[in-house]
Amino acid sequence: MNTVSSLLDKEWYERYKKISQLNIRSSIYDVTNNCNLRCKGCFFFSSDEHKKSPDEPDIKKWEAFVDKEKERGVNLAILIGGEPTLYLDRVEAFYKRLPTYCATNGIIKVPRDRFPDMMVGISLWGDEEDEKTLRGRDVFSISRKNYEGDQYTYYLYTITPKQIGKVETIIKKIRDAGLKVHMQLLSNDEGVDGFSWTENELAAIRAEMDDMLDRYPDTVISSKYYHEIITTGKMLGRPFGWNECPSVTKPLDKRNPQPKRLIEFIRWAADLQTMHRCCTSETRDCSTCKDGAAHMSWVMVNKRAHLRSAKDLQNWIEVYEMFAKLYKFIPW
Amino acid sequence: MADKKTLLRVAEILIDELKLEDVTPETFDPEVDLIDELGIDSMDLTTVVLVLQDEYGITIDEDDYPKLKNVKLIADYIEQKLKEK
Repeated sequence: MNTVSSLLDKEWYERYKKISQLNIRSSIYDVTNNCNLRCKGCFFFSSDEHKKSPDEPDIKKWEAFVDKEKERGVNLAILIGGEPTLYLDRVEAFYKRLPTYCATNGIIKVPRDRFPDMMVGISLWGDEEDEKTLRGRDVFSISRKNYEGDQYTYYLYTITPKQIGKVETIIKKIRDAGLKVHMQLLSNDEGVDGFSWTENELAAIRAEMDDMLDRYPDTVISSKYYHEIITTGKMLGRPFGWNECPSVTKPLDKRNPQPKRLIEFIRWAADLQTMHRCCTSETRDCSTCKDGAAHMSWVMVNKRAHLRSAKDLQNWIEVYEMFAKLYKFIPW
Repeated sequence: MADKKTLLRVAEILIDELKLEDVTPETFDPEVDLIDELGIDSMDLTTVVLVLQDEYGITIDEDDYPKLKNVKLIADYIEQKLKEK
């Protein structure tokens, strides 16, 4: 029978021990239904999730809500939206109580005197041309200027098929701005022309992502196993999809049999009462979903399945480390 | 110290329920850490607990899960519960 210590040498075992005790319990919170951009392909607006429930305006209710979430065992609040920075008092309600990650488009800078060490992830949808096509303006230039040199910020670079062969240009710009980057793939929920992936394109972008990780290890926060999973949609021969996804809201999860899943995970709407089905839109085709966090979590909750061999377990450790770095549980 | 019969049966249940390979109840190290060394998680443990409850007619509180770190501790826990019945 394989055990962790029988598979790993001393160095890997030490790495394993550092992450095995973290016991991360995350949930996702829509801070608001409002945004200062309207991007083609944004699941939140394309699936009309912003119309499902109104924003809760009372900040006292937000504070009481976060206290309850903490009692529920949540130790990582992932704030999305809408655009969370439009309502910094709500963001602060989380930040003062829980380890907090704030997703943003980077147009408004999170004031560091108020949120000195909050992890910020800036969404980026390709190069300047892609951003103009998908988001209506070159947001990359604005966010780079806003966050230059910020040690608690990274770019969440959503790569589109039009980026093949051009990823390095973006990585260099991010490196030159003194920031980090994590890569994921566009799911193209709105079927924007030319932005859906083909098998050959996925293979090409996987090679390019691997190359970026090799050549810019101080800038790129990633792992080659994650690249494999996200581009093939398969883990240990199993295809990703509804029957495997770990990021389904617990009280709404009626799947039988239950797959490995995030413990007590809920994605809350901005009324603090409505729950969304999963970390992305329920209108999305799960079999082609490319959500990076869902795929990372998929690996993380399947630790025992990775005890097949030393290489499999090392892959699992690298993905877990990547997640822990992105949410500040361990240093870069 | 739990009875050998209980140790072997707990190991057998773990092997059957979690489909553990290359191990028998006799070769299962009763002190190996189920979570850290075998990657068993709370969902796995819940599956095993349901079988143990049925088999031994006991109730295992969720608050006690952290105590069930290895086969020996599970067997000890079961025998203690049986004594309290």
